[in-house]
Formats: sequence, C-alpha cells, structure tokens
Amino acid sequence: MRQTIIIGSGPAGYTAAIYAARANLAPLVIASSVEFGGELMKTTEVENFPGFPDGIMGPDLMMKMQAQAERFGAEIVYDDVVKLELTGDVKRVHLGNGGVEEALTVIYATGSAYRKLGLDDETRLSGYGVSWCATCDGAFFRDKEIAVVGGGDSAMEEATFLTRFAEKVHVVHRKDALRASAAMQERAFADPKIQFHWNKEVSGIHGDDLVDGVRLTDTVDGSVADLDLSGLFIAIGADPRTHLVHGQLELTAEGTIRVDGRSSRTNLPGVFAAGDVIDPDYKQAATAAGSGVVAALDAEHYLAALPTDLVAAALQPSTGIPSTETNTPVGA
Amino acid sequence: MSSAHDVTDATFQSEVLGSEDTIMVDFWAEWCGPCRAVSPILDQIATEHSDKIKIVKLNVDDNPETAMKYRITSIPAMKVFKGGEVVKTVIGAKPKPALEHDLAEFLA
Repeated sequence: MRQTIIIGSGPAGYTAAIYAARANLAPLVIASSVEFGGELMKTTEVENFPGFPDGIMGPDLMMKMQAQAERFGAEIVYDDVVKLELTGDVKRVHLGNGGVEEALTVIYATGSAYRKLGLDDETRLSGYGVSWCATCDGAFFRDKEIAVVGGGDSAMEEATFLTRFAEKVHVVHRKDALRASAAMQERAFADPKIQFHWNKEVSGIHGDDLVDGVRLTDTVDGSVADLDLSGLFIAIGADPRTHLVHGQLELTAEGTIRVDGRSSRTNLPGVFAAGDVIDPDYKQAATAAGSGVVAALDAEHYLAALPTDLVAAALQPSTGIPSTETNTPVGA
Repeated sequence: MSSAHDVTDATFQSEVLGSEDTIMVDFWAEWCGPCRAVSPILDQIATEHSDKIKIVKLNVDDNPETAMKYRITSIPAMKVFKGGEVVKTVIGAKPKPALEHDLAEFLA
C-alpha cells in the first residue's frame, strides 16, 4: 500500500507529485497510457508559464515537470485508471492492465476532455478533416482553406498556429465577441489569413471520405450558408473528466469536483482533487500547478493526522497485489 | 524512439504493398505528441503478436508522397495492409486495450 496515489500527469498531477515526493510520501503517479503529460502535450509554445522568458514547448515543459517529480522519488506508471474505490480508509485504484494499487490518499487530477459539436458527421469524419489537435494535424492542410470553431484562448492559438500552413483560416464563433485573452485576440485580429465569422454555429459537416465543407447557421437570424473547406478544427472548450468518480465524489453545478473552499478536500476523507477537474473558470497551466501544490499539502496534513498503525501499514512493502507493468514512452 | 522498422517512399512498394504478411503502417511525425505516446504501445503489440502482424513506421515529413497517396490528414494514423490493400484504418493515440480491440481480427 502507498501513502498517496496521484491520478493524472498534467501540471496539477506532476506538481502534486513534486510536493508529495519532497514530503517523502513516495507518490505513485498514474499518468495515463496515451495522454500522459495532459493537454500541454498537444500545444507548441507556452509563453505564460513563469520562469521561461523565451517560452517553452508544451511537451518539453511537461517532461521537465515529470523529471522534477522523479528526481524526488515519484514513481510513474503509464496506464489508465478503469475503476476507483474511494470510500474506505484504503483507496483502491484499478488499472487498465488488471493491476490494483492501494493508498491512504488519492489526488485526483484528471483534467478535462475536449468538447464535441455533437454532429453525426463529426464522428464519421474525425481524422478525415475533423480534428481536435492543430499541432498534430495542421501540417496536412498546407495551402488549404480550413476553419477553427471556438472563441477562447485555445481557438485563437490554434487559428494563429494554423496560418503557418493554411492558405486561409476561418474562425467560426457563435457570439459576437471573443472570450480569448487580449494578447491572443490582438494576434488573431492582426493576422491577414484569419477571417472571422461572428454569430455563426457549425450545424453540418459535408464530405464523403474527407471533409469538403461545413454548413453555418446564424445564431441571431437563423440564416444558413455553406462554406467550402478541407479541414475543421474544433476548439469549443473541455469538460471536466469525472466519469470515474460519479456516485463517489460530489460535483458542482458546473460539473467540476466539489472541494471545500480554497482547499482540495472533496466530500470523501483522504480524497483530494486538483487542476482543471475542479476549476470551471481559469484552466491555466500555472493555476493547475498551484492547485496541485494545495492537494499535496492537504494530503500530507491528512496523513499526519491518521492513526500511526494505518500509516505504518502503508509503509510496508505491498503484498499480494499484482505489480503494475510499466512501459517507457520515449521522451518520458 | 521505437523498435519498429522504418519504411519510406522508396521502400513502400517492396516492403508493404508487395509483402505477403499483414503489415500495419504507423504514419507519424517527430512533432506529434500523440504519436510519441502511442509508439511504445505499438511496439508492445508488435512484440506480443509478431507471428500475426508486422508493424512498421512511416515518417510523414520525410515521405510526403506516401502520406499524400493515402490521404493522411491526422496522425497518428495506423493502416493495416494485406496484399497491397488497406483493410483497416485506426486514427489517433488510444490505450493498448482499445487498440487491441480495433485490431482484434488481425491479432487472433
């Protein structure tokens, strides 16, 4: 049994791991099999994380956070959590490989998952012109006409990034003003390759084998227009990833995990939550990192107040539980 | 970054299309984070099912001709070839159980 298991490997998870490891809690980080490092693995230049005046590539930042956590003894497993038992004194974490890990505390930092438009053709044409990852797929749209849906920071970042390749980038937003930060807005407005479509919603995606156009519906007057293009990048936000804890942890009206005030304490003793999964508003790498600090400190305080025999049991080498098989992704 | 063998525009005909084996081609690029994530999982699948399927990699930056021919617009894209034809396409990095499920007919 462990003292603490951290689920998630974005800025919140790894920062919690750094603090927990430095507090000698020997944390186990369940990093996910293919989404380790979190959302920043899909970004390019990160310009607003303090300490990097010249910016840093998202994946490089995550590898540095991971290395920092490992330096102090955090152990990383590249697997997915399939089931959680959080209600008892001992928390049980079931992994994709069939193994079970136990701990006295769990820090839940699973972030959020990209939102879909909810159109039938969106799924059918996903990977055939419909994309959620500009950095992955942008280069395949060299000299093409494409669209980005959304009005937040990530939509503006994607649109600006995609102008490196595309001949023209349409930004489709269902309101008449952007939610993106001033710096991102200014950059997008100044870009001659970007054309804005205000008060428009993507109501249909056309194409047999590959996307060849979209239908836009005006959110004010309901008028409809078709737009020919070969790529559609969807950046309309993300929903907190809470499916593993439904029925165990209380959620807020926004769908995030409910925590006590400014702490990371959930409704269950010994279960702490951090990062985007508790944050409906800010969702920044730096705020997630700060949230991870809070969770590690809360877990440390909780462990310090537990009966000593329970904690002693956690420090014993584990017995009878299948050990987890770890693979080692490159760059990890 | 991986133990899988690289194929290129020049060798695609002989090594993939002309092969009698079932071959999965992993279309990838250095700058693609999800490609790096899925690579070790493909290595595991290739090792565990070496009698059933062969997995090779094609770098889309270095081999644009083949990437264009197969109309790749999203990576990682994994295409299974049999007798010179594409018989299955899987797009996007997925956990190992999900990939094994998608490829079940070729691994059994």
